[in-house]
Amino acid sequence: MSSVSSKYVKYILSKPMMGAGGKTGTWRVHRPVIDAEKCIKCGLCWLYCPENAIDWLEDKTVAVDYDYCKGCGICSDVCPVRAITMVKEGVI
Amino acid sequence: MVTINELHKYGRTKLIMPGTAACPGCPLQLGMRYLAMALDGKFAMVIPAGCSSVIPGTAPYTAFTVPTMHVPFASSPAVASGLRRALRIRGVDGPVVVWAGDGASADIGFASLSGAAYRNEDIIYILADNEAYMNTGIQASGTTPPKAWTTTSPRGKTEGRKDVSLIMIMHNVPYVATASIAYPMDFIDKVRRAASIRGFKFIHLHAPCPPGWKFPDNYTVRVARLAVETGMWILWEYNQGKLTISPPSIPYKDKGRRKPIEEYLKLQGRFSHLTKEDIEEIKAGVDRQWDLILKLTEIYR
Amino acid sequence: MINQSQVSGRGIRRIMVGDHAVAEAVKLARVNVISAYPITPQTLIVERLSEMVERGELKADFIRVESEFSALASVYGAAAAGARAFTATSSHGLFYMYEMLWWAAASRLPLVMAVVTRTLGPPWNIHDEHTDILAIRDSGWIIGMASDVQEVFDMTLTAFKLSEDERVLLPVAIGLDGFILSHTTEPLYIPSQEDVDSWLPPRNPKVPYVIEPGGEPVTLGNLPRMDVYHELHRAYMDEAMDKAKNVLHEVYSEYGKLTGRYYEPLVECYRCSDAKYVAVTMGAWSGDAKVAVDELRDGGYPVGLIRIRYIRPFPDEELATYINGVRGIVVFDRDYSAGFGGVLAGELMGLVPSNVSFKGVIAGLGGVDVSPSDFRDVIVNFINDVERDGYLRVRKWWYIPSVNGGD
Repeated sequence: MSSVSSKYVKYILSKPMMGAGGKTGTWRVHRPVIDAEKCIKCGLCWLYCPENAIDWLEDKTVAVDYDYCKGCGICSDVCPVRAITMVKEGVI
Repeated sequence: MVTINELHKYGRTKLIMPGTAACPGCPLQLGMRYLAMALDGKFAMVIPAGCSSVIPGTAPYTAFTVPTMHVPFASSPAVASGLRRALRIRGVDGPVVVWAGDGASADIGFASLSGAAYRNEDIIYILADNEAYMNTGIQASGTTPPKAWTTTSPRGKTEGRKDVSLIMIMHNVPYVATASIAYPMDFIDKVRRAASIRGFKFIHLHAPCPPGWKFPDNYTVRVARLAVETGMWILWEYNQGKLTISPPSIPYKDKGRRKPIEEYLKLQGRFSHLTKEDIEEIKAGVDRQWDLILKLTEIYR
Repeated sequence: MINQSQVSGRGIRRIMVGDHAVAEAVKLARVNVISAYPITPQTLIVERLSEMVERGELKADFIRVESEFSALASVYGAAAAGARAFTATSSHGLFYMYEMLWWAAASRLPLVMAVVTRTLGPPWNIHDEHTDILAIRDSGWIIGMASDVQEVFDMTLTAFKLSEDERVLLPVAIGLDGFILSHTTEPLYIPSQEDVDSWLPPRNPKVPYVIEPGGEPVTLGNLPRMDVYHELHRAYMDEAMDKAKNVLHEVYSEYGKLTGRYYEPLVECYRCSDAKYVAVTMGAWSGDAKVAVDELRDGGYPVGLIRIRYIRPFPDEELATYINGVRGIVVFDRDYSAGFGGVLAGELMGLVPSNVSFKGVIAGLGGVDVSPSDFRDVIVNFINDVERDGYLRVRKWWYIPSVNGGD
């Protein structure tokens, strides 16, 4: 047993990692769909995403990380120009 | 005040990692993101038992990118005190932040919080208030508003609300403020101002909880905003002897400009059983609180 | 009671009460953070340390906390930040920090705590009893108990070396009998600061890990992904407890070279190597028991004393060695586990072969004085009973002196 030297194993310490709570994109019932033409690049959706699953890119457009987005819909609720629609998962 | 454009540099930074165990729409995640941005990701955290013990996911992984100690329920202010003092002795700089819920702060850890505050320990204490013991399944706490439904007050809470932030002022600490997750810029400013002061800094962060308050996941920011717009949650700041109303709450000093309280209450299932009398009582409570805070701004000028 | 053979060695000869001896050891260990809440009979430790800090003799931070729970919580935080930290308490205070004791031990951070043993109420009682320190024996703390003021000093000082050893990384509690040692003046030898510095270096903050802003983004304590990790973690703690026995041998060997005082690390054998009957004790009253042993030896009785110095890690091998070949063992418990009996008797009985006589005696509770003649009477009666009946096995027997004027 003492052959394990890593302090992370021995003392049950944790390292930062994406998805430490799982692949939370699988939780979604609705997914946010961004209408790029309506988007005014204000960044509010990025600001108010609890999951930190929206990236506010260099050119100020936004991209959703669907691996982790839980589909809470806050982004849609705060968008000042209603550029984000919550679409039910499974609808093609 | 910090602007959103200044925060653009964090556009792709994951100071808090996505993929946590938090409920969809969780306000604590928002609060933590703002805290991390305010301190540029350089701080240590002490977290007592609560939702934030579970949100970061399971060991050997965590969603938090800063050194963090998860500690027993009542112990966080004391642990942070020892941590901060030892770091100072070792010549290590940087803020030590306690991120605690209302259970840990107003109730079980109250003595420890009072002790750390009165000793003026050099820490930033953030009370992330979702107004009940949420992690154990929505039981009433000292900050649950009167008349709210919880599992231990199914007909509405009969007790009042412990005003922890005002109690903190009475401990003669240099900095006390209230904040809301719907006003991130205000919160970030407050965290930064607090970090520049040596001594005990306390920020009471309003964090509406979708499953606990019974509103849809997408309304978290909306509900938090309405709390301020109806005057139910007052944003103020006490900085080294001077108490001021914070910019987002200034319009609501004028009672006539406050949105009707019903707009805030009707969105929350925990208030769905309220009678007209109940609502009148709540309105009176809001008026009294504003009265008190405004009088305090006169005393602490 | 003073054991003459132990008050010797190199250093400056001083006289002081046990509580102050603890403070001297803490000072020489160059502790960085101290936090303790006053409780009789520990108060002299707290007061002396405050004086030392205020006078600049000890460069440490003294946190005036509002409870024992916060006292342990704050030194725990200090240890997590890489500092050398210390606290002290007693009975009710120890129980107030009970939750934190377990959390601290399983966090694998080095800490030292002095426990001035005291009876638990109700009714209120500030006199000596070992029930309090034994009640934390499951927590993961290494637990030692001193028998005179010199040993109080020595055990407190060695505790830092032991706790911070990479093979151990468990907190250490050192017990001293309330009032009997804490408030009793005895002579002792104190090594110089230079000597201590040469043997006890500053704590390495990185061992085992450190929580510091801007440092490695390590998190302690979030839920494990699988429950088996938890089980493994406890197995690692157990391994550390086992290794602690080796480390104790090393530490006391080095300490002996440094000070001239050599201790058998885990268990002391006093005239027990050729004994047919042994008494077992822990703590200050061992001195009185030794006087009884000497008297009995003079009277021709082949008795010896086994004195437990560390009850955790449990010294099973050492005890088994010393009780090998004896005819009878009588264990004295200055403690009581309700519904069970004496703790030491319970822990030892399993080591005693079934054909060896055994008696567990509960005495001295509430601080009731147990004199050498009391020890002598109990041991002699035990020996006579065994010799007469051939065999005796009593796990729990109360020794309560008659009250003046009562029955």
